[in-house]
Amino acid sequence: MSTKNWPLWEIFVRSKNGIEHRHFGSLHAADEEMALENARDVYTRRNEGVSIWVVESKHITASNPENNGELFEPAQDKVYRHPTFYNLPDEVKHM
Amino acid sequence: MKENLYKYILGIADNSLILGQRMGELCGHGPSLETDIACTNISLDLFGQVRSYFQYAAKIAGDKRTEDDIAMLRKEREYKNVLLVEQPNTNFAYTIGRQFLFDVYHLAFLTELQKSNDFTLSAIAKKCIKEVSYHVRFSTDWVKRLGDGTSESNEKMQEAINDLWTYTDELFHQTEADKAMVSESIGVDVIKLKEAYYKRVNDLLEEATLEIPESKWFQKGGKEGVHTEHLGYLLSDLQYMQRAYPNMEW
Repeated sequence: MSTKNWPLWEIFVRSKNGIEHRHFGSLHAADEEMALENARDVYTRRNEGVSIWVVESKHITASNPENNGELFEPAQDKVYRHPTFYNLPDEVKHM
Repeated sequence: MKENLYKYILGIADNSLILGQRMGELCGHGPSLETDIACTNISLDLFGQVRSYFQYAAKIAGDKRTEDDIAMLRKEREYKNVLLVEQPNTNFAYTIGRQFLFDVYHLAFLTELQKSNDFTLSAIAKKCIKEVSYHVRFSTDWVKRLGDGTSESNEKMQEAINDLWTYTDELFHQTEADKAMVSESIGVDVIKLKEAYYKRVNDLLEEATLEIPESKWFQKGGKEGVHTEHLGYLLSDLQYMQRAYPNMEW
């Protein structure tokens, strides 16, 4: 028997209509169809979702944590870039 | 007590109960984490269905027995499931083959049961049918993957189908209780499902590049309570808690 692992897939689930897909986790599957079925079984069996996206992990390009300084720190002292000076109406959720 | 209806419900429920137990055996033993969870989910779906049937059976029995008593405390000969569902998880191909050969039948059966004159049975069928549609999708998908996979997976899938084939014809047998229920438009006339079943199964096997077994000799007996040697072992697992600690509850 082959002990080789199936490729890794990242799973995104939309919890309910109107909300964006969120990263739920990752799992192994031989192809996209199996990834969808596995995701259904692993992540939505307690009624967590209304839609699933699967993306093979190798297609995701990630930033390097070593570059966090140059990438993210300059944003920390620029409060005027944050929309904190507005009062959001209560009706606006998920901002 | 409506004797025939009671027997008829048990016939349906026992198929799901025994198959559910078989799939549940894979909990922690599946070939991969993902398929392990998938098989256990199917098991839980089946146990959920079983509860509805046994609750109804207990109501009809009208004595002191609860759904648990009926499910757990009968003797081997009193279980009326088809022989197919009690066959062991010899390897993953057998698990999938057994599930596939039952699922195709199960979906066709529930589709018809929805039209039952019996309101409760019809309601249970409507509730179960979505779950079972997914089971068909899962097992069919795997039959195709293994059949049309590597030469090794093809060989194993073919062997499983060949071995399990002899248990398929029994799905379309009728007991006296079945016949009585069909005549009252409560039960499903399974004989009418046979042709479409083999057509569907054969088409899918072909798609999976598997050969359709030629055997014309079929096993029977489960629906009358005469089982293969595997059921006794399964029941000793299933019934262990209630036998060792009578009336135990969670």
